[in-house]
Amino acid sequence: MSIFINKDTKVITQGITGKTGQFHTEKCQEYANGKNCFVAGVNPKKAGEKIFDIPIFGSVKEARAQTGATVSVIYVPPAGAADAIWEACEADLDLAICITEGIPVRDMLVVRNKMKAKEAAGGKKTLLLGPNCPGLITPDEIKIGIMPGHIHRKGRIGVVSRSGTLTYEAVAQLTEIGLGQSSAVGIGGDPINGLKHIDVMRAFNDDPDTDAVIMIGEIGGPDEAEAAVWCKANMKKPIVGFIAGVTAPAGKRMGHAGALISGGADTADAKLAIMEECGFTVTRNPSEMAKLLKALLK
Amino acid sequence: MKIHEYQGKEILKKFGVTVPRGIPCFSVDEAVKAAETLGGKVWVVKAQIHAGGRGKGGGVKVAKSMDDVKTCAGQILGMQLKTHQTGPEGQKVNRLLVEEGADIKKEYYVAALTDRATQKVAMMASSEGGMDIEEVAHKTPEKIIKVFVDPAAGLTDAQANELANGIGVPAGSMAQAVDTLKKLYTCYMETDASLAEINPLILEGNGNIKALDAKFNFDSNALYRHPEIVAYRDLDEEDADEIEASKFDLAYISLDGNIGCLVNGAGLAMATMDTIKLFGAEPANFLDVGGGATTEKVTEAFKIMLKNPKVKGILVNIFGGIMKCDTIAEGVVAAARETHLSVPLVVRMKGTNEDLGKKILKESGLPIISADSMAEAATKIVAAVK
Repeated sequence: MSIFINKDTKVITQGITGKTGQFHTEKCQEYANGKNCFVAGVNPKKAGEKIFDIPIFGSVKEARAQTGATVSVIYVPPAGAADAIWEACEADLDLAICITEGIPVRDMLVVRNKMKAKEAAGGKKTLLLGPNCPGLITPDEIKIGIMPGHIHRKGRIGVVSRSGTLTYEAVAQLTEIGLGQSSAVGIGGDPINGLKHIDVMRAFNDDPDTDAVIMIGEIGGPDEAEAAVWCKANMKKPIVGFIAGVTAPAGKRMGHAGALISGGADTADAKLAIMEECGFTVTRNPSEMAKLLKALLK
Repeated sequence: MKIHEYQGKEILKKFGVTVPRGIPCFSVDEAVKAAETLGGKVWVVKAQIHAGGRGKGGGVKVAKSMDDVKTCAGQILGMQLKTHQTGPEGQKVNRLLVEEGADIKKEYYVAALTDRATQKVAMMASSEGGMDIEEVAHKTPEKIIKVFVDPAAGLTDAQANELANGIGVPAGSMAQAVDTLKKLYTCYMETDASLAEINPLILEGNGNIKALDAKFNFDSNALYRHPEIVAYRDLDEEDADEIEASKFDLAYISLDGNIGCLVNGAGLAMATMDTIKLFGAEPANFLDVGGGATTEKVTEAFKIMLKNPKVKGILVNIFGGIMKCDTIAEGVVAAARETHLSVPLVVRMKGTNEDLGKKILKESGLPIISADSMAEAATKIVAAVK
């Protein structure tokens, strides 16, 4: 097993005809079972055409109806990306993965509240991963997103992080010392997003094929602390934790829109302290994440 | 993106919030003329810089005659204003705001910002206006009232009333306070702000509610749809190197250490800075070259880092995913040649075409130190600059 996606997942690509969408769809198709997983694209102006043998539909709803796909990946440019997320939600998909970076925060606020209102009214819940994220991968089965497939290896360690390249760093360290991954999830660096650390930790906890988890966070926001408190009460598996940004100055946006210290509880030191208190094995040396995790395995 | 107080007040006024009459000025003569135009007997001369805490630093003065206005304007214009937000070197004052005096009976605090946990807009209010709100939050958190607004519903009458009642607005001014709060919310949403703060919002002797200050921050992701706000940008208030970097789509932030670092990805860039510190040195900057680094981009990144005289060594840390290590290696070699690099350079490369990248570095004949892990790279650069 794995979390959220596996070799049988059927995926719609929103923004498949753009440069980024095309480039990554091809890479995803080439990875493991990708040829069978990526079954549809969406572009209202190019409905009926094909790209890499993938049929293009006029809407997500139509793509879903015609192919049975339940997951979408979004490469639509920032100005239209929140609408694309809403379209996936309206089509009652299980999961929408938004790769797009630079979506206005107000657009995300509006769409997140719409999604929650739909769910509260009894509508189907569509999970959102991202935006501004690398996507997720279940090694040797399926890759949805922009991560380099070749550094991964099938195994039993979960990885979750807000940062793309820091996820790759953890994955590569694991692979190098012979530990494969069950799934690796990038939740994205934006302040208003979908799945958070806590949601992914819950999924890893429930996954019988995950033995331990590396959880990576960064400065800004309350998410890592919330996840840590949840883990203390519920998590049955060992966790290695790292928080990036010990050296980041307060009040400065460090690349990611969400990476900004604005209180005092959201510094790297404060988060590391809470995680340690909640039973995580934390490190201040990101080069030893995998080594520490290996030591925790029986 | 931040703006000045007088610009913030222009925006508030546009959305119907009452602000004092005031005129921005760039010289002492203009300040005197502004006071004459405004009329009255009391004026406030306020330094316009993006940092807060201006009053304590001597950047806000009350003038009771034209001579006073002249003296105050002369003292403030051109000064290096030091506040808790400017750093020890302070910020030079190039602009003033001259305003009519206000009859302050009571000072409140009101603000709008985006709350990450609830994914709603938090509207905050406090009876303790005119003070540093972080101090209030720390010492008397019960004096800060918050409501969370669903953008589909907007700030409701009930919520606005809860805030105004909670901070003790007198009955006679309640309607105006509620109206001000609703306008502040509308302004926050429509301008794509990430912070809109009025501190203080005052109650005047005659019962009027007025915004005596205005602090805004805007979501840079949304600036593309607000040319009117981009026009408010004041480059004098920003770090020159950060402006230069942004032209090349590089995310760069100056820091105080002596190790320059060039990394792809914001999280990895922070982790690299942290590793440098862990091994005994301090990073000179944050620099994320992003996903599509070209030779030109890497060269510009080197130039910007090397402009900082404190930089005694450079650490390059690249995780090649979509970006290939050999492309970066070529960029690093070209940049080192073009900038006649004279400080030690440690390069750590992982991922796609790692071996090819290392080969290019080795065959360049340049004294580039190679490392396999972030920890090794940090150890080596720290040793090389000592």
